[in-house]
Amino acid sequence: MRLIVHNMLTCNIKGVVNKFPLRIEAEKVVIKKEVDFNTDFLRHMLAKIEWKALVDGARSMGYTELPDHAPEAEESYSFLKKFHHALLELHLEEGSLVCQETGRKFPVEKGVPNMLLHEDEV
Amino acid sequence: MSTRPELLAPPEIFYDDSEARKYTSSSRIVEIQARLSERALELLALPEDDVPRFLLDIGCGSGLSGETISENGHHWIGLDISASMLNVAVEREVEGDLLLGDMGQGLGLRAGVIDGAISISAVQWLCNADKSSHEPRLRLKAFFGSLYRCLSRGARAVFQVYPESIAQRELILGQALKAGFGGGLVVDYPHSTKKRKEFLVLTCGSVPTSINDGHKDSDDDDDDSEDEENGMVCVSDRNRPRKKQRTNKKGKGREWVLRKKEQSRRKGNDVPADSKYTARKRKSRF
Repeated sequence: MRLIVHNMLTCNIKGVVNKFPLRIEAEKVVIKKEVDFNTDFLRHMLAKIEWKALVDGARSMGYTELPDHAPEAEESYSFLKKFHHALLELHLEEGSLVCQETGRKFPVEKGVPNMLLHEDEV
Repeated sequence: MSTRPELLAPPEIFYDDSEARKYTSSSRIVEIQARLSERALELLALPEDDVPRFLLDIGCGSGLSGETISENGHHWIGLDISASMLNVAVEREVEGDLLLGDMGQGLGLRAGVIDGAISISAVQWLCNADKSSHEPRLRLKAFFGSLYRCLSRGARAVFQVYPESIAQRELILGQALKAGFGGGLVVDYPHSTKKRKEFLVLTCGSVPTSINDGHKDSDDDDDDSEDEENGMVCVSDRNRPRKKQRTNKKGKGREWVLRKKEQSRRKGNDVPADSKYTARKRKSRF
């Protein structure tokens, strides 16, 4: 699971108010570097990304290079490279995603988060 | 005629490890999935600006449709309920991110983040109550409601479905419309039982778009109007053919009349003498 997905995931349990973001508990992180660097796509996603969640998520996976705030004006090349790396190249292979409100853990195995809810959570 | 899979078992049980492997290794299925995915991507009508988009593949299974998305240069998230199918996808090292989840429980994605969604042969699974706690209508409602929320303005969702019956198709479309979607059905090759494919094309938001016509066989009357993807609206020809027009004697001038009269005389008929009035242009009311 990459941070681009983590930045979109919410806790779907009925009645939960603080659904986003899910806290990452990383056990195994892998870096996959074959992703195309595309500035158009990065700019397109920058508008949708919740920056704080991205920074916190990256920190939990061991990457601390991201600035605390996204640049307001024209983004520099070095910023885009860091953004690209954090968003698309960090993979959580094993670990879990934790709901901040209920503490419910969604396990991540082989890179796939298990978001299936139990009967009583729907 | 084989039974429909969704009548045999719920998807997470039907698509176990061996079925998942069978599904993915069948070259026929791979080819069909690729074609359906290409068509669905076409119907998504993404802007042709070469900017990769972020798409959702609902019921992605072993990643066959996802591969088509990657080949077209987009990033994607795939959601599926069968762990076995997702394992095959992981083995095949698909480029998209995978989620193990149940679409009937709601997608659980933040608002406005997805640029488009496709689903190949998956949504009909929602219509069966696989557990006693399931109520298909509620599951469809949760699915379409959450989908509507997570799509960005102007984004589309395209579902290739094999509805079991008209009632099932109405159920799916009805719940989609209730959730706020606009759109309708595109049918490719409607007259061929083998080739016929149905795509539910749903639009989100107030961007005016036109729904593409379905593909037809070349021997049918109408043409494909695929240029609708570019936002053009086809205006039908308003020139209605007028009622049977009065024939004017274009080819029948004076010479012709004189010739005919001469012929008639030779036959022995009683023909009036020729004069300067013969074959003169009369007033129109004649």
